[in-house]
Formats: sequence, structure tokens, C-alpha cells
Amino acid sequence: MADVALAAPAAPRRHGLATQIRRHPTVFIGGGVIALMVLIALAAPLFAGNPLAMNPMHRLTPPSAQHWFGTDNLGRDVFARTVYGARVSLLIGILVAAGAIGGGLAIGLLAGFSRRVDRVVMRLMDGLMAIPAILLAIALVALWHGGVAVVILAILIPELPRDVRLVRSVVLGVREQPFVEAAVAGGARTGKILRRHILPSTIAPLTVQATYVCASAILVEAGLSFLGAGIPPNIPTWGNMIAGSQLYLAIAPWTIFCPGIALAVLVLAVNLLGDGLRDWLDPRLGRRP
Amino acid sequence: MSESTAPILAAEGLSKRFPITRGFLRQQTKQLRAVEDVSFTVRPGETLCIVGESGCGKSTLGRLVLRLLEPSAGRILIEGTDVTHLGPAALRPFRQRVQMVFQDPFASLNPRLTAGEIVTEPLENYTPLTPAARREKAADLLSHVGLRADLMDRRPFEFSGGQRQRLGIARALSLRPRLIVADEPVSALDVSVQAQVLNLLLDLQAEFGLAYLFISHDLGVVEHVADRIAVMYLGRIVELADRDALFAAPAHPYTEALLAAAPLPDPRARRTRPILEGEVPSAIDPPSGCAFHPRCPIAVARCREETPKLRPLADGRLAACHLR
Repeated sequence: MADVALAAPAAPRRHGLATQIRRHPTVFIGGGVIALMVLIALAAPLFAGNPLAMNPMHRLTPPSAQHWFGTDNLGRDVFARTVYGARVSLLIGILVAAGAIGGGLAIGLLAGFSRRVDRVVMRLMDGLMAIPAILLAIALVALWHGGVAVVILAILIPELPRDVRLVRSVVLGVREQPFVEAAVAGGARTGKILRRHILPSTIAPLTVQATYVCASAILVEAGLSFLGAGIPPNIPTWGNMIAGSQLYLAIAPWTIFCPGIALAVLVLAVNLLGDGLRDWLDPRLGRRP
Repeated sequence: MSESTAPILAAEGLSKRFPITRGFLRQQTKQLRAVEDVSFTVRPGETLCIVGESGCGKSTLGRLVLRLLEPSAGRILIEGTDVTHLGPAALRPFRQRVQMVFQDPFASLNPRLTAGEIVTEPLENYTPLTPAARREKAADLLSHVGLRADLMDRRPFEFSGGQRQRLGIARALSLRPRLIVADEPVSALDVSVQAQVLNLLLDLQAEFGLAYLFISHDLGVVEHVADRIAVMYLGRIVELADRDALFAAPAHPYTEALLAAAPLPDPRARRTRPILEGEVPSAIDPPSGCAFHPRCPIAVARCREETPKLRPLADGRLAACHLR
């Protein structure tokens, strides 16, 4: 995971892995589940079968040895569709998190450092925040028409203000630290001050924020797909699967529960990782090198 | 003292006012006059101490001469060049000449950098260093401030307060400045460590011919290091004199009160001068005339109306009092 890679340099290296696992079990449980899901999603073509192959003779069959998660109303294999659906969810979660962190960092650093930029940018962000995220996302998808890239942007844009605010508040706090003043007195240029003295302080809170953005992006994508405003229905996603099967909830619950449970487990794992990282990276709980 | 040597630093009529904004439209209602019309010079190799109570503007003054704050009025001259309005790029060469040691030895060191990185950072801002050259420089700087070279890979939190302040001093030294502005450099340290750090500062002064603008509220410290002393009250210099003259016979009633308030080492000793009463007035609404008149034991009607100018007395010192 990109998140874990970001956290690694700040993590204490003095203790063994076993100690770290005992101290921060949620990081390893969450990270482990995510890693497993990424692995399964990447390896999908090797074992999952065709998620699009229809078989009208075997519609809505319950889970069996042949179809582990049963089949849906068109006779498609729910297991294959759930596994392929993970690809979309993970891709969107990671890309939205990366975009939100990257954008938030760039805009937040600028806003935190220049008052003129701050005034304009923060009013814009306030305006964005006033519109409910899902509404704005639906509007953007309607405006640009479907596709994975459009959905990613539509989820990312309403998400940005929170990350910009987070970075900005960290920058405003660190900027007043005497060691930044000392760097100015030592002749450091603005770029170097940002890079060397301010940026590192934003890494820990942003790493945690990245996991929350990732979890919420996965849920919003599922919601958008469920509403028919997300990924086109020919691509299997968990949201599309749940939307397509809602008529059959009573007679074929596996068609909804399998993608639903996968969604819940992934979001839970991401949130566990985020919670654990927040405690791990908190400088108040023991100074780290 | 001879006037022939050109001053490293000259402040002329330096003022800093902070606007106080209030309400939705940020109307500027008042001003906080942190520093008002302050002039002084620092000559090569000398120590000019700025003393005063907390809130009198001494730290603001230190930041003004380094252009860490922009002055509202007045001029700053470094080696005779007016640097008051220089842009960041033009200012860089002058930053090399004047460096700063900060009050808080904890907050003034970036906790994520190593000691070696901290002390060599200013150097790297001017000349790129290879890793080997940087380690060599770091070792050299650490040894100058009495730290072992093998500590250069430690991070600030592994050092004691006194050691951290030594790192701060090494960082200020790295550019071989001619003047160091030391803002209460020992006030955050234990008394036992204070003396060590002060002696280090004095040794470095002798070794490198440094001048200090030494900001402090501790008269004991000031007496130990100063050549000349400027006493500040509510943003203005009220007296500027050689150390011995000032301690022997303070001219301004505020200086007199300040000396009287210094703790006496002998618990049975009687105070010979009256202790000052009342609070320091607010710098937002300073008293009319001489700012000290509400607390002054010898104030007369004129003090309420007319602000006294800093002017030379018979023995050459400067004081701002109508009655001296």
C-alpha cells in the first residue's frame, strides 16, 4: 500500500517487528487484510474465471462448489464479479487518496505560506464544502459522462477541501516554530524551508488522512454506482452488483451480501489501518527518531 | 571608547507597530507599539546588552535587526549598508554577517534533523557541501562549542538543554558572522548550565572577534557579559551607558528601579533603593509624555506632557529623562 510506504520512514526502527505488532495490532490487521485483497484482485485472471460470461441456464443458483458465491440474475459468477469488483474499489480508493493528498499538499502548502493565496483558495474551498459531496459527484459525472477517470475526479474534487484545510493548519502551526525562524535567519530560501522544515511535519497527519479518504472514496464509488451515476454497468463493481441485484434480495441474498460484505471488510480494514497509524505516528506518544 | 571603528550594526529610529484588528471587516482599531524610535550601534567585538522587563519590546527589536520582522519605520544598517528594504535575494549576503541564537533551545531546533544537519544548514544555504565535507564542518563546529564530534548523528531530543543551546550557537557560528543577536540565550537553562553557556559565548567572542547584541532580562547575566547596556521600557530605550557607569550610578529612574529589583545574594542585606510599584502599562495605550511617569518616584508635571528624548548627559551616557 502506498500509505504504508509513506509511514515507514517515520516509524521507529529500534524495536523488532514482533514488538510493533503487539503495540499496534490494528495497523497490521488492517494492513494485512488490505494486502490480501490487493493480492487477490491483482491475481484475479489466474483463478477467478470470467466475470462477464452469462449462463441463462444457471440463473440465481445458490453458492456451490462450482460457483462459490452463487450466480446472479444473468447467470454470471458472483465470485468472479466480486474479485474483479475489488480491482475497481481498490483502484479508486488508492487513486483518490493519492490525488487528494497530492492536491491537498500542494494547495495547502501554498495557502499556509502565502496570505494572498490563502484568502482566495480558502474561500473557494469553503464554497466547495458547502455542497454535499455525493450531490456534487453526481453533478460532475452527469456533466462529463461515465468512466473510471471521471468517477475518480468526481469523488476527488469534493474531497479536496478537507485535505487542503488539514495541510494548511499544520503549515500555519509549524511556520511559527522558532526552528523555521532560525532557518530564515540562516539564509534558507522559501522552497528549502517548505521542503526541509515544514513538509515533514505534514506527513504523519496526511498518512492517516489518506486512509480515511481511501475508505470514503470506496464507499462513495459504491454509492454512485448503486445510484447509476458511477462506473458504467458493463464493468463489474461492488456498487453495480448491489444495484443490479436489489430485486432479488429475497430469493438470492448472496448476490447482494457477497459484494456487500467485501465492501464492509475492505472499508473496515482501511479504517483500522488509519486508526492504528494515527496512534503510531502521534508524536505525543513517545518521541520518535 | 573610540568611534573610529565603523559599526557592524546601526539602528536608526527603528519602530515596530502591530495593528490590532477586530471584528468581521478587520477594522484596525488600535496599534501595539512594540518598539518606538530606537537607535543604537554595535561596534565590532563589543557586547551591547538590551535589558528590560518582559513585554518591553526587546525580542521584537532583535527580530527587527535580523529582518525576521519588517520594521514599521526607521533604518537598519549592516556594515554601513541600508538593508531595511532589501528583497530576500539582496538580503542573503547580509544574513551571513548577522546570525541569531534563540531563547528556546527546544523549539529552535528542528526535531527531525540530526545535530550535524542542524549546525551545517546555514552553510549549505550558501555553498553546496559534499556529505564528507559536511561531516567535517559539523565536527569542527561541534568541537568549537564543546560537543563531541560523534554526537553529530544524534537528534535534538537526545541532548540536554545546555547541549541544545550549544547546537544553536554552533549553527549561528557556522557562517562566521561578525554579529550574533542572542535573544535570552540562557534564560531557559538551569543556573549551573547558564554560566557554562555564557562562558562559551565569551570564549567564542574572543576567538572570532564576535560582537553580540545580547537580549536579557537578567541583570546578573548582563553584568557578566556586557560592554554597554541599553535599558528598554515600553518599546523605547531610556538609558544607554557603559556597563560600569550604569551599575555604579544609574541615571534614569527606571534603571535605578530595575537595579533595585535585582535579587540580592545576601538574605540579611537591606535594600538601599526603593522597589518599583505598579504594573507595566499596556503598549496599546501607552501613558502620555514619558511612558514611565505613572510609576516614577520623581515625576513632575512636564513628564506627563512631553516625551523625553534620548540625549547625552555630562559623562557621555545617553538617558531619556527630563530631570537628569
